[in-house]
This record gives sequence, structure tokens and C-alpha cells, in this order.
Amino acid sequence: MRQDIRMEPESRESQTVEIPPPRQAPADAILLRGVDHAYGELQTLEAIDLQAPAHGVLGLVGPSGCGKSTLLELVCGLREASAGTIAVGDATASGERLACCAFMPQRDLLLPWYSAIDNAALALRNQGMGRREARGAAAGLFERFGLEGFEATRPDQLSGGMRQRVAFLRTLIAGKPVLALDEPFASLDAITRAEMQEWLAAALRTDPRTVVLVTHDVEEALYLSDRVAVLSARPARVVAEIVAPAPRADDRDAAVTDSAFVAAREEAMRALREGSR
Amino acid sequence: MRRWLLPLGLIALLLALWQVACSTGAIADALNLESYLVPSPTEIASSLWENRGLLAENAWVTLQEILLGIVAALVVGVAFAVLMNRWRALRDAAYPLVVASQTIPIVVIAPILVVWFGYGMTPKVVLIALFCFFPITVNAFDGLRSVDPEAVKLMRSLDASRWQRFWRVEAPTALPSLFTGIKIAVVFAPIGAVFAEWAGSSSGLGHLIQFDTAYFQVDRQFATVAVLAAMALALIGLTTLAERRVVTWR
Repeated sequence: MRQDIRMEPESRESQTVEIPPPRQAPADAILLRGVDHAYGELQTLEAIDLQAPAHGVLGLVGPSGCGKSTLLELVCGLREASAGTIAVGDATASGERLACCAFMPQRDLLLPWYSAIDNAALALRNQGMGRREARGAAAGLFERFGLEGFEATRPDQLSGGMRQRVAFLRTLIAGKPVLALDEPFASLDAITRAEMQEWLAAALRTDPRTVVLVTHDVEEALYLSDRVAVLSARPARVVAEIVAPAPRADDRDAAVTDSAFVAAREEAMRALREGSR
Repeated sequence: MRRWLLPLGLIALLLALWQVACSTGAIADALNLESYLVPSPTEIASSLWENRGLLAENAWVTLQEILLGIVAALVVGVAFAVLMNRWRALRDAAYPLVVASQTIPIVVIAPILVVWFGYGMTPKVVLIALFCFFPITVNAFDGLRSVDPEAVKLMRSLDASRWQRFWRVEAPTALPSLFTGIKIAVVFAPIGAVFAEWAGSSSGLGHLIQFDTAYFQVDRQFATVAVLAAMALALIGLTTLAERRVVTWR
């Protein structure tokens, strides 16, 4: 099952500087029905129903420790649900979902023994590509995402924003139809975070993917997502689903001060407060 | 500069004090000994020079034992650490045993090893390997266990096989800790070599010390100890250098 989502070798060669094209996703790229999860006795998720269309961005917000990250790991196939069904495209078994999703963990987790470009190209290397080829494939993206000149730099020499960009590229380059982002900008200062949100929005406009975005920042969720699911405190249930106002301005400041956006944010905050009780 | 100057100054001062205490006969008088039994630094230095051929010959024997012992411990210890990290049952069964084995004074095994393996190089290598096995295994294992579980998830999501996860995440994570183990092993190894040679041998620095004890050649004993210490220091230095070359991300 893993093979069918991988790119054919010949298509990979012709695409050395482009992002590998994701597999065509069916109408509902992600579908969760009645998903429960528990760590032993501790119930973390309760009857979660969620869906996201192909190339849609689904935001997940909720109080800290509510199980957002667990939910994301379930979608990615990194965990098994206690009950319910999870489908990513046609993939339902966890091993198949794992093959369809690229996971970006909370901390950037760049490997300190690899240069920035080798970190970004990690998935290609794992998929069996040679080092030079993999670097070639990643180099084009470094240019496109404003990281040129930092290819050989070790992660500890990069700024927080750059590390996050490399971590995102690493996720993107994996060539999976679904990107699972776990609080990608939580560790950044407010200004860098705003810049990175703008950057990510632009990156997804030029290269649309199905994205599940976990965050505790309602504004970030609404700015980046098409739809935001608000989760309650543990055990997490979906207490509200809020459609992000569209179209949004490319400029983040303009987008978040728009009256429809402000109204949506208030609604989400209200749901979050109620769900936290 | 200061980092080097201060300890070197202290060494010079101690040697000078020693020299004065010997030349006035203060130590020998206090211990009620013949003065040749309490050699001064200059006497030790001249013994070192006069016996340079003999010392080099025996140092080479001991160095071979040490290097072979460390390599053997490294191969077995790392393999064991990897297996314990891979199979939980093996870890649960063997780890307490590995720790408990430290209560055995390995020195007492030396005569048994001589009985089993004779007077050649083998019992020395085995004993040194036993000395070095514990720090290498435990540190390698702790290093492997310190792998960030999030990094493992990340690698799984990025299509890494178990093998790739090992080489690209687990092994590099464990390397600094492994080097710590090697450095401890390198300090232990010369001690193990001396004990092994005392249990039965016909050459080596430990053998030389034992031989000189019988003939009250205290100046050469000190010279031998100096060579042994220099060897251990050189090995630690080399290990640190190797670590800097390999672990470039710290």
C-alpha cells in the first residue's frame, strides 16, 4: 500500500527542482467519524466527527492539554484510535495513513547533525533518493522560500523563523497529500509568528495541500484555515465548527482586522471559553 | 593560555618540592629508608632516559593489550546496547545483570583468566574488555534511550524505515554519550592492563613494575608509572580529538 502513494522514479527525475506533486486526493481528503481515544484510563477524545476537503485547511483549536496533538497524530497514523474510523483519502489503516501524511511536530526537531538542506531533504533520502539528488530537489525550494545561502548551515546557526521554514519545507518535500502541522509557530515571538503565518499562507496558495493545523491561537487558526474546529477541554469534543471568512486579504494585518474576521474570532473565542469549562 | 599555565605551574612547583625533599633526604629520613628507595624527579628522569628502550618495548605490549581490549569492549558493548534498546525483554532481563556485574571486583578474575587463557595476550585483552564493557555499554544504551520520541514520530511520518531511523536519528543521538563511555573506558583500561599483567605475564609495563618491586628498583618503577600515565593521557586526548571530529554539532 505504501508504494502507490510514492512518486514513480521517472516523474521524480523530471521534477528535480519542483515540489513533488501530491497524489490526487478524493473529495473528502480527511474524514473522521466517532473517533474516541484514551491513554489507559484517561479519555482524551470523545466522538470526534471532522472532515476536510482536498486542498482545504482544517484548523484545530482547543485549551492546552485537550488532546489536539493526539488527534493530529491519529490522523497521521502515528496512533491508533480506541473507536471510530479515520480515513485519509482511501487510507484507513494507520500504516496507510502514515504513508499519506507528513507530520510537522511542535518543536521544529531539525536534526543538529544535518545541514539545513539535508534536514529539508530528509524524506527524500528516506524514500531512497541519493544525497546529491535529494539536495538538488530541495535546493529549488530553498530559493523559492527565501532560504538560499543557508543550505549548508547547521540548524543551531539558524534563526527561529528560518528553522521553522526549513521544518515546513521538510514536511512539504515529503510529497504527501496531507500536511499535519502541530502548533508550527508556537515557539516564535509575536512578530516572527505573524511573518511566518503570512509566509505559510502564501506557500499554501502557490502549492495547495490538504492541511490539518493544530494551534492554540484562534487568530492563527482562522487566518490560515478554511474551517476551524473548536475542541473542548479533555475529553475533547468538537464544540463548534467555524467557517473562516473568505476571501481573506493576503496581507495579514488587513485580514485579521476585517469585520467578518473579527466576528468569527469572537465566535471561536466564545466557543473555546464555553468548551473550557 | 592561563588554562595551561596554571596547572603546569602547579606541577613544576610540586616537582620542585619533591626534588628539594629528596636532595635534603627529608623524606627518606622521615620514613627511615635508604635514600635510593626514595628517588627524586631528576633520578626518575634519568632512569626514564636510561631505560627508554626497555620501557618502550614494554609500553608497546601494554598499549596493544589496551587497544585490543577497548576495541573488543566497544564492539560487544555497542552491539549489546543496540540489542537492549531494540528488545525490551532483553533490556529488562539483562540490564540489572549488567549493573550488578559491577559489584564483582574484576581484578579477582585476573588469575582465573590466566588459568583459562595462559600467559599470553588473551587474558589481558579479556580483562581490559571486562573493565571497559560496563561504561561503554551503559553509556551507549543511555544515549540510545535519550532519543526524542517526537523525532522518532517525525521520522516515521517521513517514510523512514527502522534502519534509517537508527542511522539517521538514534545513532547520532547516542554518539556523545558513547564517547563519554569510551573516555571512562580509556581511563580504566591501563588499570586493567596492570592488574592483568600482575596476575601472570612476561612483559608489559605492569610486569616491569612487579619485577622492579622484587629488586627495589624504585626509580624505574616511578619511570614506568610516568610512562603508563602518559599513555593514558594520550589515549584520552586522542578520544577527545576523535569526538570533536565526529560530534561536530555540539
